[in-house]
Amino acid sequence: MSNSVGIVKAQRATFDTPLTFKSGAVLPRYELMYETYGTLNADKSNAILICHALSGHHHVAGYYADDTKNIGWWDNMVGPGKPIDTLKFFVIGLNNLGGCHGSTGPSSIDPATGKPYGSSFPVVTVEDWVNAQARLADQLGIQRFAAIVGGSLGGMQAMQWALAYPDRVAHVLAIATAPHLTAQNIAFNDVARSAILTDPEFHGGDFYQHGVVPTRGLRLARMLGHITYLSDDAMADKFGRELRHGKLNFSYDIEFQIESYLRYQGDKFAAYFDANTYLLMTKALDYFDPARDLDSDLNRAFAAAKAKFLVVSFTTDWRFSPARSHEIVHALLHNRRDVSYAEVTSDHGHDSFLMEDTQYIAVMRNYLDGIAEGISK
Amino acid sequence: MNASIIQSRPDFAAIAAWIPEGSAVLDLGCGDGSLLRYLRETRKVVGYGVEISDANVATCIANGVNVIQNDLESGLADFENDAFDFVILSQTLQATKHTEALLKEILRVGREGVVSFPNFGYWKNRLQVMLGKMPVSHDMPYQWYDTPNVHLCTLHDFEDLCATHEVSILARHVMTEGNDVNVLPNLLGSMAVYRVKRAG
Repeated sequence: MSNSVGIVKAQRATFDTPLTFKSGAVLPRYELMYETYGTLNADKSNAILICHALSGHHHVAGYYADDTKNIGWWDNMVGPGKPIDTLKFFVIGLNNLGGCHGSTGPSSIDPATGKPYGSSFPVVTVEDWVNAQARLADQLGIQRFAAIVGGSLGGMQAMQWALAYPDRVAHVLAIATAPHLTAQNIAFNDVARSAILTDPEFHGGDFYQHGVVPTRGLRLARMLGHITYLSDDAMADKFGRELRHGKLNFSYDIEFQIESYLRYQGDKFAAYFDANTYLLMTKALDYFDPARDLDSDLNRAFAAAKAKFLVVSFTTDWRFSPARSHEIVHALLHNRRDVSYAEVTSDHGHDSFLMEDTQYIAVMRNYLDGIAEGISK
Repeated sequence: MNASIIQSRPDFAAIAAWIPEGSAVLDLGCGDGSLLRYLRETRKVVGYGVEISDANVATCIANGVNVIQNDLESGLADFENDAFDFVILSQTLQATKHTEALLKEILRVGREGVVSFPNFGYWKNRLQVMLGKMPVSHDMPYQWYDTPNVHLCTLHDFEDLCATHEVSILARHVMTEGNDVNVLPNLLGSMAVYRVKRAG
């Protein structure tokens, strides 16, 4: 799959209508970074929105003219001739509110104070993101999406679209996701947050003014995350008990290859990601629960949905396990909605949704080809 | 498409004949989704399939058929009681391990069940066994060592199972090479389709 959309350019959308968050907080104005690939057809019926997960952003596919090595995070799925085919679809990627890739977030300057928002940035929910995304769609003149696609936290946004804007989305592709997090999953997020919150350089979220970055906390949070995104088998296959220097050193330096990998991933992430954004993303994950106000009855929550669904899970994903996808499928079946469910055999745990598994690609391609057939040229 | 499908799968037309327009249908072991597609086109059903094979799941999706990837042997936990007007088990019964449990599940999830299977009592099968060989035929095209069929039965056997589990047989359609068989069905029929429901 070498076909690339080629050189892409990030764009900035500005919104001057205040956005009221689920928490009650109000953001008077904000900006969203986004990219588009492919061409919007005459009746604007071929648009696909890609919702990103915890560490994602608007750069979904292609590369930048001045940074050709910076390839989009889902370039194996989005491009000409790829499952999300940019020859057929107009594809939009965006960076969510609260992000750290150019959209308004905790590291942005609050025009009211002239300082970064920091701790004053509202806690954002999946519902808030989807409302902001709907405004971006309005601005781009898209009334109804052919599909909304997302994995993990992105899958929650895709589902939320079908519940909050049932007439604005024809198909939802919910991949490696869940209708709400389990206690264990929230627990992992809380440990990650604690690592950041207790870093002395966090300064209650206002570290920007102190000229420091809570890299130690962010690094630990990412290391923990990585452990949960991989499967036991994948880790054993990749690293086993291999020693970096071939012998035991009886020290606390890196000895096993897995330690080297985790620390490398932690360092890499802490160098560019914003600690406040990480906190917000994990909080949005924890809060998502469309059945919360409906006696925890997911069947009732999904009664609002009109979209057709493709639900995909991966056998070794224990953070968003197949059982959680079955809950979504069950609720859709209860409401007699069109739904297909694929349980892909994969060794790569939660990370599978970003990988190039043959069956996964075939399922995505066949489903999206079906969507394309139903769209006027 | 319909004509060729009916030729290769004569049970499809027999099944469709029992299904009123607009019914909610679940097809267990739906393969590439061709029965569901046929029922959607001829009966406008709201249909879902259950299938375990990766290749078939991908093909169902390509065919625009709703498919849930799951193992029938682990039950039908995704589906609620009486969720469907009809639950179909087409040419799959004989390949299931937990056949009794599945029959119960079919009639928990569906108000009625439609079950088709090759008749092991068909005279050509009996003849092959008499001649000392395991039968191989159009409806059972496997050698003994590569067959997925672990629970082959005759019409009498299936009817006994239904009686044991308080399953009422509402209708039966016996065929050989697509032609109806009304005389000595357990001997002259190569395959059968039953329409069943919970007794009482």
